[in-house]
Amino acid sequence: MIQFALLFALGCFGLAILINLYKIITAPGIGDRILALDTLAINAIALITLYGIWMETAMYFEASMIFAMTGFISTVSYTRFILRGDIIE
Amino acid sequence: MDILLPVIAALPFLGALLPGLMIRAGRATCASYTALSSGLAFLLLLICAPTVMQGEVLHFRLDWLPALGLNVTFMLDGLGLLFAGLIIGIGLLIILYARYYLSHDDPMGQFYTYLLLFQGAMVGIVLSDNILLLLVFWELTSLSSFLLIGYWTHLPEGRQGARMALTVTGLGGLAMIAGMLILGNIAGSYDISVILTQGEAIRDSEMYVPALLLILLGAFTKSAQFPFHFWLPHAMAAPTPVSAYLHSATMVKAGLFLMARLWPVLSGTPEWFYIVATTGLVTMIIGAVIALFKDDLKALLAFSTVSHLGLITMLLGFGTKMAAVAAVFHIINHATFKAALFMTAGIIDHEAHSRDIKRLGGLRRLMPVTFVIATVASLSMAGIPLLNGFLSKEMMLEEAVHTVWMGSYYMMPALATLGALFSVAYSFRYIVHVFLGPVRDDYPGHPHDPGFGMWAAPALLVVAVVAIGVAPFLAEPLVRTTAHAVIGGELPEFHLKIWHGVTPALFLSGTAVIGGAVLLAAHAPLMRGWLAAPRPEAKVMFDATARGATRLSGWLSDSMHNGSLTRFAAIFTITVVAAGLWAWGGAGIGAPERTMLPIRALPAVGWLVLIVSTGCLIAFHRNRLLALVLLAGVGLSVSMAFVYLSAPDLALTQISVEVVTIILLLLALNFLPKTTPIESSTMRRLRDAALAIVGGVAVSALTYAILIRDFAFDSISAFHLANSYKGGGGHNVVNVILVDFRGFDTYGEITVLGIAALVIFALTDTVLRGPGGRWLVRWGAGTDEAGDRHPLMMVVATRVMMPIALLVGVYIFLRGHNEPGGGFIAGLVVAIALLMQYMASGFAWAEARQRTPYHALIAAGVLIASLTGVGAWLAGRPFLTSDYGYITLPPLEKFEWATAMGFDLGVFLTVVGAVMLALNSLSSMARRRGETINIYPMDINPERPDSPPPPPTGPGGEKET
Repeated sequence: MIQFALLFALGCFGLAILINLYKIITAPGIGDRILALDTLAINAIALITLYGIWMETAMYFEASMIFAMTGFISTVSYTRFILRGDIIE
Repeated sequence: MDILLPVIAALPFLGALLPGLMIRAGRATCASYTALSSGLAFLLLLICAPTVMQGEVLHFRLDWLPALGLNVTFMLDGLGLLFAGLIIGIGLLIILYARYYLSHDDPMGQFYTYLLLFQGAMVGIVLSDNILLLLVFWELTSLSSFLLIGYWTHLPEGRQGARMALTVTGLGGLAMIAGMLILGNIAGSYDISVILTQGEAIRDSEMYVPALLLILLGAFTKSAQFPFHFWLPHAMAAPTPVSAYLHSATMVKAGLFLMARLWPVLSGTPEWFYIVATTGLVTMIIGAVIALFKDDLKALLAFSTVSHLGLITMLLGFGTKMAAVAAVFHIINHATFKAALFMTAGIIDHEAHSRDIKRLGGLRRLMPVTFVIATVASLSMAGIPLLNGFLSKEMMLEEAVHTVWMGSYYMMPALATLGALFSVAYSFRYIVHVFLGPVRDDYPGHPHDPGFGMWAAPALLVVAVVAIGVAPFLAEPLVRTTAHAVIGGELPEFHLKIWHGVTPALFLSGTAVIGGAVLLAAHAPLMRGWLAAPRPEAKVMFDATARGATRLSGWLSDSMHNGSLTRFAAIFTITVVAAGLWAWGGAGIGAPERTMLPIRALPAVGWLVLIVSTGCLIAFHRNRLLALVLLAGVGLSVSMAFVYLSAPDLALTQISVEVVTIILLLLALNFLPKTTPIESSTMRRLRDAALAIVGGVAVSALTYAILIRDFAFDSISAFHLANSYKGGGGHNVVNVILVDFRGFDTYGEITVLGIAALVIFALTDTVLRGPGGRWLVRWGAGTDEAGDRHPLMMVVATRVMMPIALLVGVYIFLRGHNEPGGGFIAGLVVAIALLMQYMASGFAWAEARQRTPYHALIAAGVLIASLTGVGAWLAGRPFLTSDYGYITLPPLEKFEWATAMGFDLGVFLTVVGAVMLALNSLSSMARRRGETINIYPMDINPERPDSPPPPPTGPGGEKET
């Protein structure tokens, strides 16, 4: 049963990533693109975790953890750059 | 006694450390310590001498790089003994002479250091028993003589002369390397003692002529043989002690030594005879003729040296045993009288303040001691009986009489006599035009005899000149031993004596003396004719050649490396692709051995993200911020690919590196245009695009071709997997490779990382101090700023994140040896945790709470890594060998520890320091821009009673700097 749930979830997140990609390229402003990128990162975290469950290993947990812990820094940097120019004032 | 040989060779090099230190204790002390090391080497040589004189050969052997045939082998036979004795013995006299010659303005410590380095290199040449080792010392003499000749760096002649000497002898040395390699290849060994036994095989080899030509090129350039003689007179810009040393006993004799050393192997063929003897003969005559017409005392002596070197070369070229004996004898004699003559020239220059013969004359009464020394040495050079020069010149003429040259019985003796005749003329001129004649009253200085210290050395040499001249049997044992070593077989029957009866040689000698005197009498009209005649000027030709070569190489490198990255990349791409295609067309790579794996949906999505992001990155690259956003997409998909391909270590590294890269690029982009302008024409961009596609297709095709085939050889992975735990004590092979198997690479990398961060710091600092800093101040703060500067939400979130992130860092670090992780990733994670605080609360606020400077972190990291590596030495293992064991601390379970942990700690600290220092440096540019700084962590803090309401134009809680 879990296999089907995993397949379904993987399919959803894979589709989400494609939509994120579409948005990154076609979004009207730079802000929307950054938002799409951030969402892409979150979907990537989910994918890595799901993949770990699928492979029945805890090996990839740290990757998703570091992604989650540091990924938002890039988003913050982009937005600070747009708003303030200098990201470390 | 054999062990003394490397000590003798090493002593001058070790001694070279002393003068620079001892000069602080005064000039006399400095000279004494210099003489001490030389004297010790001389003493050791004397201890070895009796054994060698009895015909034994001392050997010392130490394997250095046996796989290359390069070993530290020394040999002391008669030839080596003679040369080492001359080099060190005359070196001692030069040290004494230079002590009084050098003025107070000259840096004496430097002089003696160079002198000893040169002496060591020369001694190395003559003691080497391995031609590769000999080549090393040979190059060292070129380099150290460059320093000596250019010692007076303020004189352009000195610098140019040094450069010319280095160029000519260096080029010859290059040719000689090739010749020596061929020689060693024929003989099957690079050891001279082995090569000397292979004479027959070498002469019969078809590579004999190329080897001979290349080796002779090296010897001729070093020994200033025509047409390479021109560097020697220009080297006279050096201080006189240098000239006396280099051109009497050492540097220029190195080429002769080499010819003598390889004489048994190379001589005895028509090629050898015609090349060597003819070159020697031409050099002897040309040198002697030019010497007669030189007014500068040192130039006269320089060309006379060229002439005498030619004489000795000619004797070696004859290829007969007796000629070799004469060559050896003349080497001894020339060293004695020529060193003395150079020193007297230096004395005259020193006391009369001129070396120009036209301004001298009549010094006999003013400088009686110098006069006696110079006269005896000159007469010996002219070949007057009862002096040593006579004896060897007689032997030379005797050999010339017996030599048939190009089928002619008269040619050789006639030309040799002509050379001797000019030699007599310039020798007499040195006496007559300098010392005789009336005393003048227009000397530039006040000529008088120098103190004892200055004339002691030449006087001692002149005593030797007379002693050998009157009692030649004194020198006979040394000549016999040396000649025996040169010939490498039975000596011919000979005795050194003054009177041989009325021989053709005596007749020729007399002709030369009388003819020389007549020439000197007619010197004034001859000189006018000489000056009027057109002569090729070697220096002009050399300079023109050097300029041409410089222009050619400049054109070659400029046309490839003109600073344009585009052009460089284009040339590189074309070359690599062409080389790849060529290799492809050679043998082909055979049929594919692996089948394609099925393509699944999810990896295909990742692939699509990667490809589309990359494609859009190219399409939108002129909008730089958008390019950075797309870059993050590329990095993200690469990280996911690493996860999918089971490389968690790489994935962790990639994720953290991505974040740091984005921050760095954004910091830099703040000071750059936000769009990339179009700078090149359409055609050019099309060309570049085509090149890029060709390169990309080539790399993809190569990767594909490799991926669908098995490895041609066993992969090293099996070894790593098998030894990771056994040898490195870790289950994470990637980490064990980093800190153990290839720990030395990592060690180099963290050092480079630290250096790079320091360079960024230094560059930013320099730029900010210069025009760049002033430009930043004028540029002013950004205009389109909006929003909170230090938002409360972000400050609080990062504060909460900080301990968690640090804990994750520690966790990743500790597990690194057995699970994915390690010092590098942990360093990046901790750096990101710190960066968060910088971004949230501002630079000044965070900097004030940072107690350890980042420079110190880098230094500590590299030091800890080094100490861990050195620790392995204490256990008798090679550098960076790791060890591991198990310990039990009461509350914890038994756990493993490895020394690699210490190394990893070094990596961790270096990474944290380097990343933070680089970001710190870049963001310091913003502060320079006149930005305000904050003292409070965030803009609005409801708990702060004095918190002013934010003004409409900007955030509050700040003060102007």
